[in-house]
Amino acid sequence: MNATANGHSDHRPSGWRRWLTTTNHKDIGTLYLWFSFVMFMLGGIMALLIRAELFQPGLQFLEPERFNQIVTLHGLIMVFGAIMPAFVGFANWMIPLQIGASDMAFGRLNNWSFWLLIPASLLLITSLFVPGGAAGVGWTLYPPLSVQMGIGMDLTIFAVHILGISSILGSINIITTVLNLRAPGMTMMKIPMFTWTWLITAFLVIAVMPVFAGAVTMILTDRHFGTSFFSAAGGGDPILYQHVFWFFGHPEVYIVILPGFGIISQVVPAFSRKPLFGYTSMVYATGSIAILGFFVWGHHMFTSGMPVTAQLFYMYATMLIAVPTGVKVFNWIATMWRGQLTFETPMLFALGFIFLFVMGGFSGLVLAMTAVDVQMHSTYYVVAHFHYTMVAGALFSAFAAVYFWLPKWTGHMYDEKLAKLHFWLTMIFFNVTFFVQHFLGLAGMPRRIPDYALQFADFNMISSIGAFGLGLSQLLFLYIVIVCIKGGAPAAAKPWDGAEGLEWEVPSPAPHHTWEVQPVVK
Amino acid sequence: MNIALRPANRRTFAKLALFSALMFGVGYALVPLYSVFCAVTGLNQIGVDRQPVNLQLDTGRVVNIEFDANVHHLPWKFRPVQTHLGVHPGELMQTEFEIINTRNEAVTGQAIPSYSPPEAAQYFKKISCFCFSKQTLAAGQVQRMPLVFVVDPALPKEMGTITLSYTFFEVEGNAVANSGDGAGKS
Repeated sequence: MNATANGHSDHRPSGWRRWLTTTNHKDIGTLYLWFSFVMFMLGGIMALLIRAELFQPGLQFLEPERFNQIVTLHGLIMVFGAIMPAFVGFANWMIPLQIGASDMAFGRLNNWSFWLLIPASLLLITSLFVPGGAAGVGWTLYPPLSVQMGIGMDLTIFAVHILGISSILGSINIITTVLNLRAPGMTMMKIPMFTWTWLITAFLVIAVMPVFAGAVTMILTDRHFGTSFFSAAGGGDPILYQHVFWFFGHPEVYIVILPGFGIISQVVPAFSRKPLFGYTSMVYATGSIAILGFFVWGHHMFTSGMPVTAQLFYMYATMLIAVPTGVKVFNWIATMWRGQLTFETPMLFALGFIFLFVMGGFSGLVLAMTAVDVQMHSTYYVVAHFHYTMVAGALFSAFAAVYFWLPKWTGHMYDEKLAKLHFWLTMIFFNVTFFVQHFLGLAGMPRRIPDYALQFADFNMISSIGAFGLGLSQLLFLYIVIVCIKGGAPAAAKPWDGAEGLEWEVPSPAPHHTWEVQPVVK
Repeated sequence: MNIALRPANRRTFAKLALFSALMFGVGYALVPLYSVFCAVTGLNQIGVDRQPVNLQLDTGRVVNIEFDANVHHLPWKFRPVQTHLGVHPGELMQTEFEIINTRNEAVTGQAIPSYSPPEAAQYFKKISCFCFSKQTLAAGQVQRMPLVFVVDPALPKEMGTITLSYTFFEVEGNAVANSGDGAGKS
C-alpha cells in the first residue's frame, strides 16, 4: 500500500499563516507540543521560584501572598497548560496515523481548540499583574477564599472556562475520529493502546470538564451575581464545592495519566520485541480505572468532617483501583519477560515511568487509608505522592513518547547519547527533589507555606537542589529536540525494529498528508 | 478527508456535544442532590433549625394553673385571656392577659403577683411577664400582655393546682416620674 498516495498536492500557506490557519493534524499536533513545552518551562520557572523560597527557612524572595499565587499558577499551568496539551499534541499527531485516517474528523474545530489555549494562558499569566495578584487559593480554587479574592480570581475562572471548552472540543474530535475514521478492518479490539487510552480519556474529559466549568461558574456567580452556592452567609456550603470539584478532580488525574499508560503500552513492546502481553486486559483495565475514578472523589476530603461510613466507602473504592492498575503493571512486566530488551531512551523513560509510577501508586495506597490520611492530609507526603504520579507518570511518559516518535516527526534520529544523559539527569534529580518530600510530609511539614520550622531545613535544601537540577536538565531536552529537527542521521520509516503499527508504515518524516487512501487492516 | 463520512461525524459530534452540555447540568444538579442526600442521611444539617428537645419535660402529670386578675382602685378592666391551663412541669407555656383603660387619660400601673398555695411561688418560673415593668395605657387603650412561664419539674406531687393572682396597683402621679424621683414614695 502507498501511504502517501493522494490527490492533493502538498500545498499549504507558508510562514505564520500556515500555523494560524492550519487544519492539518500534524501541524496542530506540533503547535500543541510546542505550546505545552513553553507552558512546561513557565510552570517550571514557577516551581523553581517555590523551591528557591523554600531553600532555607524564613522569607527570602517572595511575599507569602505571592508565594501562594505562584503555587496556584504552577499547578494550573502544569495540569491544564503542560500535561493535557502535550497529550492532545501526541493524540493529534499519532491517532490519525495509528488508525489509518487522513486527518482528524473536524479540522477547523481542531485549529480552534488549539488557538483557544493562547487567550486562556494569557489570562492566567496576566492575573499575576492585576491588583491583588493572581488567585492564591491553590489549583483546587476552594471557597470561601476563592469567593473573596480580587480580580485575579475572575481571570482564572475565565481561563478555566476557555481551557475547558478547548479540551472538550478536542476530546469530541478525538472520539469522533476514533469511532468513525478507522481504516477498514481495524476493529475496536485492534486499535493501538495509545489510541485506546486516549479514547477513554476523551470520554472522561467530556464527562467531567463541564462539571468543573459549572463549579467555577458557581464561584463566579457567588462573587458577582448574588448567588450563594458556597457562601455560608447566604445559606450555601463550602464543602459542597469540594464535592463538585473532586467529582471532576479525581477523573482529571486519570485524564493526565491514562494517555501515559497508552504510550508506555506501545514503547515497552517495541523495545522488548514482543507483542504487548494481555492487550484485552489492558483495554478493560483502562476502562475500569476510568469508571472507578468517578466513585473515589471523597478520598480527597477525608478531613472535611465526613461520616465514618462514607470514609470507609471511599477508602475501599480507592484501594480497588490498585487492582486494574496492578493488571497494567503486571502486563508491562510480562511483556518484557524473556523479551529481547534494548535500552534506547524511550525504553529508559518507560522503565523509569513504571518504577516511579509504582512508587507513586503505593504512596497513594498509603494515603487511601483514612486513618493515615487524616495524619498526612495537606502535608508534603501528598505533594511527593502526586509528583511521583504526575511528573514521573505523565512527564516521563511524555518524554518517552517524544523520543519514540521524534524520528517519525522530524525524519532524523535524535542524539542517543545526549538523550540518555537527559534521562539519567531527569531520573536522578527527580528523585532528589521529590523523594525527600516523603520524609518532610511524615515529619508534618504542611504544603503551600512559604516558611517552615527549622527541623525541616535539611530536606528542603536537598529538595531545592534537586529541583534546580531537574529544571536545568530540561534545557538539554530542548537542545536535543532542536538539534534533531535541524538535522541528524536520517530515520527509516520504522526506526525501531520491534515497533508495530500503521504509524511506522508512512515515511519519516511523515508527509503533510498521509493515509489519503485508507490502508486495509487484516 | 472522506466527504461521505461528514454526516456520520456530525451526528457523533451532536451526541457528544449534547452529552457535555448535560454534564454541565449535572454539575448544577449536584447542588440540590447534595442537599437531598444530606437531608435523607441526616448529615451536615448546618443552618437548619433543630427544635431543642426538652429533657426536663415531665409528661407524667398535668398541673392545673388558674389565673386570676384584679385591680386595686384602678379604672381598668383586667382579665386573663385564658382562665386556666393544664401544663406539664418543664413545659414552656405562654398565655395572655388583657387590660382596658376606661379613664379619659393615660394611667400607669404595675401588677403584683401572688400564689396559692404560697409555696408554689418558688416552682413557678416566670420567663417573661408584664408584671416585670410598669404598664402605661393611653385613654381607652386596650392592651394584651404576654406571660411566659415554666413550672419547675421539682414541683411537689401534691400540688395539683396553682392559682396565680395578679393585682394591678396604680403607680401614682406620672408627674412624680417627671420630677425624676419615684424612690421616696413607698
